Amino acid sequence: MKPKPNPPLALLAELTHRCPLACPYCSNPVELTRKEQELPTGTWLDVFREAAEMGVLHVHLSGGEPASRPDLETLVAGAREAGLYTNLITSGIGLTEKRLRALDEAGLDHVQLSLQGVDAALADRVGGYRGGFDRKMQVAAWVREIGFPLTLNAVMHKQNLDRLEETIDLAVELGARRIEVATVQFHGWAARNRAALMPTRAQAQRAREIVLAARERLKGILVIDYVPADHHAQFPKACMGGWGSTGLNVAPDGTVLPCHAAQTIPSLRFERVGDRPLRDIWENGPAFEAFRGEDWMQEPCRSCERRHIDFGGCRCQAMALAGDAAATDPVCSRSPLHARLVAEAEADAAVTEAEFVYRRMNSPALVS
Amino acid sequence: MNPAAVPFLPRGVRVHEDRVRGMSVLLAPERALKLDAIGLAILGEVDGETPFGEIVNRLAARYEAPAERIAADAAAFLDGLVERRIVEVRP
Repeated sequence: MKPKPNPPLALLAELTHRCPLACPYCSNPVELTRKEQELPTGTWLDVFREAAEMGVLHVHLSGGEPASRPDLETLVAGAREAGLYTNLITSGIGLTEKRLRALDEAGLDHVQLSLQGVDAALADRVGGYRGGFDRKMQVAAWVREIGFPLTLNAVMHKQNLDRLEETIDLAVELGARRIEVATVQFHGWAARNRAALMPTRAQAQRAREIVLAARERLKGILVIDYVPADHHAQFPKACMGGWGSTGLNVAPDGTVLPCHAAQTIPSLRFERVGDRPLRDIWENGPAFEAFRGEDWMQEPCRSCERRHIDFGGCRCQAMALAGDAAATDPVCSRSPLHARLVAEAEADAAVTEAEFVYRRMNSPALVS
Repeated sequence: MNPAAVPFLPRGVRVHEDRVRGMSVLLAPERALKLDAIGLAILGEVDGETPFGEIVNRLAARYEAPAERIAADAAAFLDGLVERRIVEVRP
């Protein structure tokens, strides 16, 4: 009999897919959930209670833009009452000073604010939303005034990586305790914008140097978490810290996912909250069992000494690039597809003029 | 950490009794740190009012251990958290 998995540490609660921004690297699935299909307040509160009872410590309230939900304050209060550490992942759009004060009352622990660029021209162009940057700076000022700890979440790519140093400086200026410097992951919508977003190898190397120097310089001032450009890496990232090992997602309609992109793997069968207890879905759900542990691995992963370190990389990326979710992530230099991946990444990186394909809920569905 | 410094847990950091895992954890933005008995004892004295020197004296008395050793252990523990912005210090 298989050993029972450890309880998850974190729950990503995707409250809604609605969002005023139109980022070309949006991580929500290509097929968005409409407002009518979103879970009602009471169901989310049940999910939070179940999550806390099974050992979840952090809940990340995300979207889309979670402030699009008028019941956000109630959800925060319920999550805190359940005993969870509440993190709001927001673009800032839709938050007023009044709402932030209400979230403070509700017990919100931490705010993570996304950043598309270091000035209005760049940020509003990337986010596809005029006035977004100024609004964000206003929200950051309110966050500071109220006293919430702040993390900036900066998604980096070809068009803003050359301003990474300014990005880190801005985080310090805004009083953030942390910044996530996250190079775009080319899943879902971002795959349509590869030519506009793929960083060059030189940019990726420079980014690493900047991050290492800033970490040293800003010790005790700013914590820097760094997600490097994995198409330029030798080994893949340990996606989700191992499938079904540390965290789970609940999508806006209640679908329970091992990671936010898991629905891109057609062979997986998902369950929804309410079908059976969340703990049961985590421990025994077929989508969680599919890539848990090592039994699913093929060569070269199966005999690789790094299989406990990176778990063969990202299953969704393996699906997208190798056509097989159980294959070695082609980001890995030991994958037979690696040379092709690098050649394609370098070709995309070399493109100098590429328009963004923005991500909007009402944009016509593209056939890829 | 100098003896006059007053360490405190800033907003957004708290000790949580994890009943499922049967341990204490320190919850912070995007972090959950497992606390052993020593860490828990040190943080138990971090109240935002007591200077580090006094924290060391209290722990030394309670555990009947040399103050020098306690000071070294507690400073290493707290300085590590200060570096990660999980503990702050009033000078």
